[in-house]
Amino acid sequence: MIFLRTGSNLERVLVGGGFAFTSELGPPKGADPEKIRSKGVLLKDCSDAVNITDNQTAIARLSSIAAGKLLLDMDIEPVIQITCRDRNRLALQSDILGAASLGMKNVLCLTGDHQSFGNHPQARGVFDIDSIQLIRAFKMLRDEEVFMSGDKLRASPPKLFIGGVANPFTDPPGASLLRLEKKIDAGADFIQTQAIFNVHRFAEWMDEVRDRGLDRRTHILAGVSPVKSPRIAARMRDVIPGMDVPDGIVERMEGAQDPLEEGFQISLEIMKELKSIKGVHGMHVMAILWESIVQRLAEEAGMLPRPRV
Amino acid sequence: MIITRQRSLEDILASLADADTIFIAGCSECATLCRTGGEPEVLAMKEALEATGKKVSGHVVLEPACHLLNDKRLLKPLKTEVEEADIILSMSCGNGTQTIAEVTGAEVVPGNQTLFLGEIKRIGVFERNCMLCGECVLEETGGLCPVARCPKHMLNGPCGGSEGGKCEVNPEEECIWHNIYEKLEKAGKLDKLKKIQPPKDWSKSEEKILRAG
Repeated sequence: MIFLRTGSNLERVLVGGGFAFTSELGPPKGADPEKIRSKGVLLKDCSDAVNITDNQTAIARLSSIAAGKLLLDMDIEPVIQITCRDRNRLALQSDILGAASLGMKNVLCLTGDHQSFGNHPQARGVFDIDSIQLIRAFKMLRDEEVFMSGDKLRASPPKLFIGGVANPFTDPPGASLLRLEKKIDAGADFIQTQAIFNVHRFAEWMDEVRDRGLDRRTHILAGVSPVKSPRIAARMRDVIPGMDVPDGIVERMEGAQDPLEEGFQISLEIMKELKSIKGVHGMHVMAILWESIVQRLAEEAGMLPRPRV
Repeated sequence: MIITRQRSLEDILASLADADTIFIAGCSECATLCRTGGEPEVLAMKEALEATGKKVSGHVVLEPACHLLNDKRLLKPLKTEVEEADIILSMSCGNGTQTIAEVTGAEVVPGNQTLFLGEIKRIGVFERNCMLCGECVLEETGGLCPVARCPKHMLNGPCGGSEGGKCEVNPEEECIWHNIYEKLEKAGKLDKLKKIQPPKDWSKSEEKILRAG
């Protein structure tokens, strides 16, 4: 019998041994709910759950929890991203209780991009706790029904499927594995990886993950990020920290007659390779500003139809 | 040591716009080593102010400016000069400036910006290696502090943005977690990093008064 901690669809797929498929939605710099709903429509039928970013790249946007409520109202299951950059431990715990009360069941815990990268570089970064401590705090809320301070909850706990992230492309490589293990120890039910372009290097990292038995203690979703233009590919290679985009991919994009189609094909090839790597339990597609491509990617990668509960 | 940076003369003059007569107080310790408030800087400031038509009633280098009793002792013989001044220009740190204000009861203008507790790497180069958190983790991290030296104060290993040993926030700086990892790896002590470090007790960095002994 399968033991489920939450009513999360994502948990049901993963714990049931299925291969998960999730996607991502970036809230707008504004208050128009249609901006969320129009993207939600594109992702609904091809995703087990949809990540909502939390002021990604440290740029102020509509809140991830509010966007999550808009998705719930469309029968789409959100994964709420929560970073430690903008909130201290009181606000992190308060907000997750609020999100759970609205029906949100998945949370992805991140330390967060540093404020200096965003549109308010003068802001004071909070970083009261880090992502590993946040994962543990949410697990304590769920399983032990206590706040970080030890103070007891006085009402039902949040039923959360708790996630974290991992970057296979940092060095020293051992440090990334160390952090992955600590996230699992802290209580990460699932892990989303950084976008993968260098499949070979990712496969080597997964060898280490399996050697340590970590793939049996959590569910690893491999990150995929379709690129629309040679400029974006080069930017990911040269500018964005923590990414490994091989020159071959940038060259393919530069030489393409139809960059959109080439970007699609590159992602599709990567996805097919990722599917066959042992220990990978699903894929997470980050097509920010290109949500319309996700359905076709899921279709051609053989991910459809998604199981419905 | 407390690291300070002298405000620009233009900036200081704007703060002194309403003052005709000024008393200058430097500091014999940190500001002297930072060259923002030692004897040479105090004399240079006197000259610069006089060149703009201000009168300097007197000057002193306190030993050090943050020492309440020493300030009283050193300023006592200079009472007339201090009283003659419309404003005291403090060339010490933010703490020294407040001690001077407390001792004299006068209006005080800071001549320096106070930046951090740091190490002198070489002349004119300083580095913040401690942020006075009151809950030292150095024994766990190979003697390198991630609280002060990681921009995200991470306690459980590097973020995903470190590349080639450099910090993603300041690519000219080393990622301190990279260095911690390599140091402990060489020492065969990576196990130290496996333990999940609990959240910091930031209340420890909020202590305001210490009565030793």
